Amino acid sequence: MASVRTFTLPHYPDYPIHIALFKDVSNAEYLRSKLLEADSAFDYAFLDATTVSLFDHDHIISPTQLLSAAFLALHLHLTSRSKSRTPHSELVFRLHPNNNIGESYRKFGIADSTTSLIAVKLGLAPEITNESVAKHLGEHVKGESVPLGEEGQELGQWADEAKLRKIYKLEPAGGGKPKKGAVNGDGAALDPRKEMEAVILGLMTIKGS
Amino acid sequence: MALPAASQTASPSTTTTQPSHILPAPFTNSQLELLTQGAEALVYRTHFLTPNTPVVLKYRPPKPYRHPILDKRLTKLRILAEARVLVRVRKEGVPVPAVLGGDWDNGWLMMEFVEGKTVRRVLDEWVERGAFKEERSASIPEEGEGDNDAGKQNQGGGGGDGEILDLMRRIGRAVAKLHDLAVCHGDLTTSNLMLRAPPPPKEEASPEGSSQKPLAGRQTVSTMREAAMSGEEPPVAAPSKVEPARDSSLAGDIVLIDFGLAAQATKQSQDEDRAVDLYVLERAFAATHPSAEYLFQEVLKAYGESFSDAKRVLKRLADVRLRGRKRSMIG
Ligand SMILES: Nc1ncnc2c1ncn2[C@@H]1O[C@H](COP(=O)(O)OP(=O)(O)OP(=O)(O)O)[C@@H](O)[C@H]1O
Ligand SMILES: [Mg+2]
Repeated sequence: MASVRTFTLPHYPDYPIHIALFKDVSNAEYLRSKLLEADSAFDYAFLDATTVSLFDHDHIISPTQLLSAAFLALHLHLTSRSKSRTPHSELVFRLHPNNNIGESYRKFGIADSTTSLIAVKLGLAPEITNESVAKHLGEHVKGESVPLGEEGQELGQWADEAKLRKIYKLEPAGGGKPKKGAVNGDGAALDPRKEMEAVILGLMTIKGS
Repeated sequence: MALPAASQTASPSTTTTQPSHILPAPFTNSQLELLTQGAEALVYRTHFLTPNTPVVLKYRPPKPYRHPILDKRLTKLRILAEARVLVRVRKEGVPVPAVLGGDWDNGWLMMEFVEGKTVRRVLDEWVERGAFKEERSASIPEEGEGDNDAGKQNQGGGGGDGEILDLMRRIGRAVAKLHDLAVCHGDLTTSNLMLRAPPPPKEEASPEGSSQKPLAGRQTVSTMREAAMSGEEPPVAAPSKVEPARDSSLAGDIVLIDFGLAAQATKQSQDEDRAVDLYVLERAFAATHPSAEYLFQEVLKAYGESFSDAKRVLKRLADVRLRGRKRSMIG
């Protein structure tokens, strides 16, 4: 049995989001091949944990980038406006800032070299439960299951800030041209990491429209 | 119409808000707290993505008098434009709420909730405290242009002139930051500037910790004044319900909100558009807080020092004022 945390999105209480985190995964190639075969038992969003970050609202830190993608995938699926084959592929697509589905898989999806893995399963049918997901993942993912706390902060552990900045076309932290005229004053207190996360959610929201 | 204070607070239970529109999915059956109902948009407080993430839902309902297809298209353009500007300027470090979600086809936008008060409310309370009287006589020379007696400011006590002037400078710098990108706000009033309260210490950051008691039916100086000018009943409760209980602190960051009319200025129009933003803000100070009007000089001063085109914009502001005055003499 893998450890799975079930999140409930406000406003979509009937569609729980099951999330599991693994480290030292050794069979990413196998898991990816199952996705490529479109094996219905492997209907998951398998994400490389290096491209999943957190968001800090007044000290409350949560995996909102991932939950935002889950919300959008669910919302578009339920209102029949998905752009990709399944709600789970839509989730991967929604993380990406542009409209290229293949690229979104390469940037966010599991790769053969992935060692830290996030598995997301949308609770779109009653038979999909925390237990069923835990059992299935436990049987198929070769790696160490990392239990998630209530807020799911552990999901951001492997986030690769430089990689995220590149994907979302954000200036490197601390880099960028310091503007002359210095409208800084207040801005000096801004936490670059926090700013990055805030902007990522915005970019995901306006993507493609 | 000023009601006696007692009757204003007599029945706080009647302020529970009923959604006056049917919201689109997935909010149709959600219990949302209505914050304000403007002419164009309904603004609610709710949670999004996690139960610990308070957000503002801005919904532009269909306009029944417009053709439905046209209406949908226009609403979509409008709300999407607002979201795009917010994301773009936040990316450049302008203090605005983060965009957390949205559905343009259905007219809604989800934004980070700014815990705090509008500057309009902050100024109202400052005026009500009578703070300006002492401070004006203490440190502001007759014509209010005094920038040479900084030494007299901040003469101790809770909230000397130093504090309010510092707030003005923060406003000036926040606007300058936006204008430095040649983005103009389009509706720069004191209601569209918020003072974000410094975040609570970690222990208190529970969702319950942030649910303040609404001040039922409270009238503020500016709502009463506007009502007097327009001869209408002041709006009841809504504006004050938005904001946390009274706290006279002037600390915190300025956050610009309401980008529904914001736009990227062109090279040709940028100085004029920026100056008009400043003029609108100046008028907002004058209209709702005449006794605080002198403070606006401090906003301009900080603005003028904040980016390379600012001095030119301030010159342009003088022209805009002149035109404004002429227009009001004719009209
Ligand atoms: N992000 C936010 N956080 C906290 N309060 C907010 C936020 N956005 C709006 N509000 C509150 O709601 C009020 C109305 O919001 P806003 O100014 O965006 O709407 P509006 O004036 O009705 O819109 P528009 O002029 O675009 O039709 C604000 O004055 C403020 O009190
Ligand atoms: Mg407004």
